[in-house]
Amino acid sequence: MTSPDSRFEEQKTVADLCGKQDYSNAGCKWNLGRSRTMLSSKPLNPAKEAIHRNCQSGEHGMVHRYRLLPVAVCTVLFLLVPGLLMGQQLDCLSCHGNPGMQDSAGHSISIAADAFHASVHGALGCTACHSDIKTFPHPAKIAEVQCGTCHTQEASGLAGSVHARQGAKACLQCHGNPHAIVKVTDRNSPVYPLNIPHTCGTCHGNAKFVKKHHLKNVYGEYEDSIHGAALTNEGLLVAANCSSCHGTHHILPHTNPKSPTYRKNIPDTCGKCHEGIEAKYLAGMHGKAMLAGSKKAPVCTDCHTAHRISEPAQTAFQERTIGTCGGCHREKYATYRDTFHAQVSALGYTEVAHCWDCHGAHEVLPASDPLSPVNRANLVKTCGKCHSGANVKFVSYEPHANAYDFHFNPALYSIRLFMDLLLWSVLGFFAIHTVLWFTRLQCARWKARTAKGDEHE
Amino acid sequence: MSSGGGKSGVMAGQTVAPKVYRRFTPMQTLLHATVVTTFLGLALTGLPLRFSTSPLAKGFATTVGGFAAILFFHKMCAVILTLAFLAHVGQIFYRGVIRREKGIFWGPTSMVPQWKDLKDLFANFRWFMGLGSKPRFERYAYWEKFDYWAVFWGMVVIGISGYAMWFAPFFARFLPGWALNAALIIHGDEALLAVLFIFAIHFFNTHLRPGSFPMDMVVLTGRETEVEFEEKRAMEYSRLAGEGKLESRVDLPPSSSFVTVARIAGFVAVAIGLTLLALTLMAYFSG
Repeated sequence: MTSPDSRFEEQKTVADLCGKQDYSNAGCKWNLGRSRTMLSSKPLNPAKEAIHRNCQSGEHGMVHRYRLLPVAVCTVLFLLVPGLLMGQQLDCLSCHGNPGMQDSAGHSISIAADAFHASVHGALGCTACHSDIKTFPHPAKIAEVQCGTCHTQEASGLAGSVHARQGAKACLQCHGNPHAIVKVTDRNSPVYPLNIPHTCGTCHGNAKFVKKHHLKNVYGEYEDSIHGAALTNEGLLVAANCSSCHGTHHILPHTNPKSPTYRKNIPDTCGKCHEGIEAKYLAGMHGKAMLAGSKKAPVCTDCHTAHRISEPAQTAFQERTIGTCGGCHREKYATYRDTFHAQVSALGYTEVAHCWDCHGAHEVLPASDPLSPVNRANLVKTCGKCHSGANVKFVSYEPHANAYDFHFNPALYSIRLFMDLLLWSVLGFFAIHTVLWFTRLQCARWKARTAKGDEHE
Repeated sequence: MSSGGGKSGVMAGQTVAPKVYRRFTPMQTLLHATVVTTFLGLALTGLPLRFSTSPLAKGFATTVGGFAAILFFHKMCAVILTLAFLAHVGQIFYRGVIRREKGIFWGPTSMVPQWKDLKDLFANFRWFMGLGSKPRFERYAYWEKFDYWAVFWGMVVIGISGYAMWFAPFFARFLPGWALNAALIIHGDEALLAVLFIFAIHFFNTHLRPGSFPMDMVVLTGRETEVEFEEKRAMEYSRLAGEGKLESRVDLPPSSSFVTVARIAGFVAVAIGLTLLALTLMAYFSG
């Protein structure tokens, strides 16, 4: 017998190793085997190799039985003495089955028998976990149940994770009531894909908690994101939930090079689902620079953000992303800002050239590359996406012109200078003219008024 | 007032309405009204683009239905203004070339700058400083001619650069690509000059200066009183009086309802213009 969680993990592992994806009933791609995935880069342990062999033969069901042979043997032994086992459970529930039963400290120690029997641990005896309770009356001090006794892999993963300091309690934080743990494929499981954001959000969406631990309150951001909306509103099990990117038991801080959210691993993590886009990204300048070790090269989250990822067609996203590109490409950003394209986009109109409309979004190539959409040979086609009738002369338009740089284009510089001089000389001359005129007229009025006053006197 | 017995006053015990002279033909006032309306429309829809990073510009764009709506109105106003411009040029051509009317292209009544205009300019500056007497102006004073030619040149320059951007691929057949870069600079800077000049200088010179404040109605009604005529265009007044043509310019006073409507329209236009001026200056100096 295995816990739903370990099965979940194992199925994921199997899928990782075999490139199959049957661990959830939604046909998710999260765990496509990839040459550069974090998991497969580790040496396989013998148990995994055994799984792998079985997997090759297509016997997924067998996997668990082999993998958990010791547990199965134990279970069989217990089943050989069913009377003893049932008798024991009945014994425990004769007291703990009473609703409202409390210990001397006032904690509830009552067990909902039906829920326990329906749980994944229902077939196990109470003492399988509470192994230190052998007698009645019970010992004065009862040991904390160690899930890791059976769930060794999960426990070791957890031990090295950001949640390690919580110890054995960490299991229950996510899996809920230990006497009512159901399969991960059960919609009521707190770790069922649809429920994961809420489960993680219990802490990571709690303002006090995140403040205390100096974390970001990302639950709301995720819920508003395209992933959150797809999962929560559309019920898409394939949509990324927390564990899709952060993992489950072995969650590492993003500063850890082994973490799937470590900067260099992000393209692989996102690429688990966004397969084609990762390939394009890696073929472009940004991807190549990233692989070469550049810390400046953007990864997925630099443009799309980590948690509030929005639909790329959204105006707000496009407006923000121009600034993101401009954060590094400052001069190109400044000269883009001077163009009609930028003026229109700043007003919130998306059907106008943004950086990626000309340069590409993921596969950004240098203009010298014949495949680049901004390569001279491709400009008529690229500009023609919007400007029907674009010809070779039309595309000699400079989308990053600098009218303040004489050497860039002397004619453009001169025209700009002439317009500036015209503007300020005309306004300057007439400003003086107007002020003098006004002063003269006011003086004349005051004089006339004074003269009138004198007359009256 | 040295001459002109028709000045408002009491004659033989009955009130006589002040004599009214025609300055602009109904066609000219209509063209001015068209220029005013379309210019305001162009400024209202063009300035948000010129200062597109200002939050107000974005708010305006969103309110009126996005950039597509702005561009539609901008182009519509541009086409109407172009037609008004062509109508005016056509009229000048008809009067000056076909009918060979005197005084269109040269002379005291012409819009073309004369030697006298330069003398008037210096004389006016001397008068501003209190160093001389006020110059006596002809039909069009030098600043009125400047207004006219500024708008004329502005319409040509902004119009051509605007159409070049509107039909960019077509214009690119005979213009180099960088000309399209230049078109935006020219269009934007010349428009900014037009906006600042019209809403600050022209408004003051013509409507808001003491003597005309709060509004010179002559361009709206086409008519002015004898007092205004003699005060503002002394040279033309005495020239016509000397030629004995003064009476031919006398017209019926505009109906009071027409004046009311014209006044409201004028005030609305000035109010919109001054608001845009304030917003433009704010946007310009805030970056």
